[in-house]
Amino acid sequence: MSLTRKDVEGIAHLARLEITEAELPVYTDSLSKILSFVEQLGAAETGEIEPMAHPLEGESQRLRPDAVTERDQHAKFQQNAPAVAGALYVVPKVIE
Amino acid sequence: MNQTTLQEGWEVVIGLEIHAQLATRSKIFSGSATAYGAAPNSQANLVDLGYPGVLPVLNREAVRMAVKFGLATGSKVATRSIFARKNYFYPDLPKGYQISQYERPIVENGSLEVMLDDGSRKTIGITRAHLEEDAGKSLHEGLANASGIDLNRAGTPLLEIVSEPDMRSAKEAIAYLKKVHTLVRYLEICDGNMQEGSFRCDANVSVRRFGAPKLGTRCEIKNVNSFRYVEKAINYEVVRQIDVLESGGTIRQETRLYDSGKDETRPMRSKEEANDYRYFPDPDLLPVMIEDSFIEDVRATLPELPDEKAARFVADYGLSMYDAGVLTASRELAGYYEAVVSAAGGPAAAKLAANWVMGDFSGALNRDSVDIADAHVPASALAGLLARIQDDTISGKIAKDVFEIMWAERADADSVIEAKGLKQITDTSAIESAIDEVMAANPKQLAEYRSGKDRLFGFFVGQSMKATQGKANPAQLNELLKKKLDGA
Amino acid sequence: MTLHTRSVAELAAGLARKEFSAVELAQHFLSRIERSNAALNAYVTVTAERALADARAADEVRAAGRAGPLTGMPLAHKDIFCTDGVRTACGSKMLDNFVAPYDATVVERLRAAGTVMLGKTNMDEFAMGSSNETSWYGPVRNPWDLKKVPGGSSGGSAAVVAARLAPVATGTDTGGSIRQPAALVGISGIKPTYGRVSRYGMIAFASSLDQAGIMAPSAEDCALLLGTMAGFDSRDSTSVDRPVPDYVAELNAPLAGVRIGVLKEFFAHGLEGATGALVQAAIDQYRALGATIVEVSCPSLPLSVPTYYVVAPAECSSNLSRFDGVRFGHRCKDPRDLMDLYKRSRGEGFGAEVKRRIMTGTYVLSAGYYDAYYIKAQKVRSLISAEFKAAFDKVDLLIGPTSPSPAFDIGAKVDDPITMYLNDIYTIGANLAGLPAMSIPCGFDGILPVGLQLIGPHFGESRLLSAAHAYQRHTDFHRRVPAAYA
Repeated sequence: MSLTRKDVEGIAHLARLEITEAELPVYTDSLSKILSFVEQLGAAETGEIEPMAHPLEGESQRLRPDAVTERDQHAKFQQNAPAVAGALYVVPKVIE
Repeated sequence: MNQTTLQEGWEVVIGLEIHAQLATRSKIFSGSATAYGAAPNSQANLVDLGYPGVLPVLNREAVRMAVKFGLATGSKVATRSIFARKNYFYPDLPKGYQISQYERPIVENGSLEVMLDDGSRKTIGITRAHLEEDAGKSLHEGLANASGIDLNRAGTPLLEIVSEPDMRSAKEAIAYLKKVHTLVRYLEICDGNMQEGSFRCDANVSVRRFGAPKLGTRCEIKNVNSFRYVEKAINYEVVRQIDVLESGGTIRQETRLYDSGKDETRPMRSKEEANDYRYFPDPDLLPVMIEDSFIEDVRATLPELPDEKAARFVADYGLSMYDAGVLTASRELAGYYEAVVSAAGGPAAAKLAANWVMGDFSGALNRDSVDIADAHVPASALAGLLARIQDDTISGKIAKDVFEIMWAERADADSVIEAKGLKQITDTSAIESAIDEVMAANPKQLAEYRSGKDRLFGFFVGQSMKATQGKANPAQLNELLKKKLDGA
Repeated sequence: MTLHTRSVAELAAGLARKEFSAVELAQHFLSRIERSNAALNAYVTVTAERALADARAADEVRAAGRAGPLTGMPLAHKDIFCTDGVRTACGSKMLDNFVAPYDATVVERLRAAGTVMLGKTNMDEFAMGSSNETSWYGPVRNPWDLKKVPGGSSGGSAAVVAARLAPVATGTDTGGSIRQPAALVGISGIKPTYGRVSRYGMIAFASSLDQAGIMAPSAEDCALLLGTMAGFDSRDSTSVDRPVPDYVAELNAPLAGVRIGVLKEFFAHGLEGATGALVQAAIDQYRALGATIVEVSCPSLPLSVPTYYVVAPAECSSNLSRFDGVRFGHRCKDPRDLMDLYKRSRGEGFGAEVKRRIMTGTYVLSAGYYDAYYIKAQKVRSLISAEFKAAFDKVDLLIGPTSPSPAFDIGAKVDDPITMYLNDIYTIGANLAGLPAMSIPCGFDGILPVGLQLIGPHFGESRLLSAAHAYQRHTDFHRRVPAAYA
């Protein structure tokens, strides 16, 4: 798989990553190489095999009881926040 | 634009996606409270905030509620369902993905029957219902060129109920929406509060020429928070789409926002870009395996469902299908009604009870915005009032006044009747003396009546009733008056 | 009398008989850190004050007669584990300013057992790397040769144990991140079965592959710590609710009759001659010790690297979306709008390898490519897992090299991701299948250590540890310390 610069720009946008002009060819090259490398999987005979999303396949998800166990700790949690106003996280204007 | 003529030749196709917030105490993947209206971010813990390192743990009650809905709609409950991540960036979505279900939802292939205005019935297919987490909220007031993010709602459990595109008018859509609304409250899995957003609806609307084999391009209308607005939004959108198509344009598949102030829909700017959600199974959550015993346990907790209840009301109480439908629209109202009937002596009082519950009682609830649980006239008190009507202690007309006083003073019927002296007069001599006084005071009218002016009878009824402060038994009064006027 | 060359077991015994106090032990390691860390760059945060306070508390617990086997034991945590009140940077500029408001379950359990945290160790950024060169805090150096890498991503933990700047350290292993650095610095490291140790509080790289483990001089040391770390955690729904064996008690299980499978695919091209010879010698030693050696094959195993480089980036692309400059972590200066906030915060906060993997993962999950890449990889993962399962029907353990070569020069592979990825060719399989695996030292190629890998069936940690212990009772590679740190 050989990606174009435009492909990489599209991927970077989807992933919300700013990539500089100088970095673009580098990523275009390395991502193309990685994709070519993983394409050897295409040769594997997988037929009807179920895809495996999890190493504990066959185990069931455990459920928790419906109980409120948390208390308000927003002041502590917001110490890591870059911008807060009135206990709200602040971001540039959201347009709906 | 005349809607009816414009719609001629066009078929409207509507499917609804309903988001019902499940009435769990804690969130779907964390132990935070789900209470509405708390201070910003006071109910957002590390999991809800998407902090590095934390993990989701699924709430059993949310699963139980989804299964309940599945059973109540005749759906298939998946013995193995999978949570997937829906990836997109948005400030109210802390992890950058929403945990939802994609390829294997917990509930599939169900249906609900709705009754339309003309009394006909229609089955609406339910494609699927899946569990997912709600997002937070972006607030735009009070910040200059910025938005504030409150993540209290993030992680609230949602059941997304997706219908087949089976509805052919806004009215059908509303009938279905109301049916689901009734059902989720019956099942006690959602409080149904549309103002607070616990019951939300997105409508997928398209139009096509009658007979066209393919569905038209659809638009999804978001952000409609009342039955009335859903209807108006759909109607606006139908007209808009037909207008576009008739003037040679094409419909763009897009997400539109309903503006209730302007009564119009417009494209959502944030959704303009085509999304690629990159769904994949959430590696933090194993498949949910539901065993038969779990399903049977849930089935055992199912209440009598609205349709079953309405049918029983028709059979047991002799109500019309319409009345039964109104009385079973909520579990609380139906429960209240049955309590009244039972306290008032059973099926014999059923029709009278139905009229009162649907009439004065519901009127008072609506007028004062009171919940049935807090009704100022409890079922036993209303039954007491009905008993006084049935035993002729008071007339139906006086009973309306008594009810208002009962409501205002939270009093029972007998004490109101006693205190206000409203007991009906059935003593013949008392009524006769009142009539005698009226006749004596109105010699001119008496003469005219006796000379053939029959319609003055009403005048004498009114005057005599007034003389007894309205308490005379009306039938008795009529009979005695007739006798006396005719000179017997 | 040197404290630092002793094993964890020996230090625990010394503490128990009050040969030295926890405070003395902590001070000893803190002074070693002070002296040597600058050259190794192995710790990114040293929590000296807290360590001394915790050590004093441990001594009090001991004085009160309530000490457990680990009370007062100093250790280092990989900086991927959240530590309440202590910066948890995960090797990234993104989290350079991030102070975790809670303890990871692993940290909490080890703390409750009385261990004393010396500091947080350097690592590849978000655990993405095999050489520790992707860290925002610069590369860690291999104590055996400062020009060489220590392996990765738990390179800091590996180096602090190898240089005895801590008796033991936690690590995490997504594709070999405990075993490969353990091999490259000559220590023992175990990656338990997926689900054996809680992932709560461990910053996620690839959730279906990540597993916490322990890095220490010997298998016995690993056994001492693993029992405390392991076990069900209600906060991680992928943690498995089954009893934790007494790994220490089971250490001396005999090797006789144990069937060990030599994985044919692990000896194919790519394996360096000297490494292969040392691994072969270790296999011969196992035979001599009574194990039955048979050859087995997992023919799809060579596909584990490409499988991994679809699955891991896919999961990481989603796991790392939470770093958006809103609630924590790096935020760009003066964002113009929301898009600018996202793109610049993430563009500036993440390093090149992380960005490369996020983009790879974004691509393989995107519309039109999902089936060809992601689903295909998950099917091959099934295949590999089934082949392991079939192998464990025939044998109790699998054996082979941990890494195709000893430590390489810093900078040698940074520009070639594929060559770098192939370092993990022998370790990734266990992650894909969720199997427990460990690396123990089995000799030296010149001055550089070489690691031997043992892989067990699900929840076969006891057998792994006892087999490793049996070998270590007859060898002393795990006791060797680089001369500069002896």
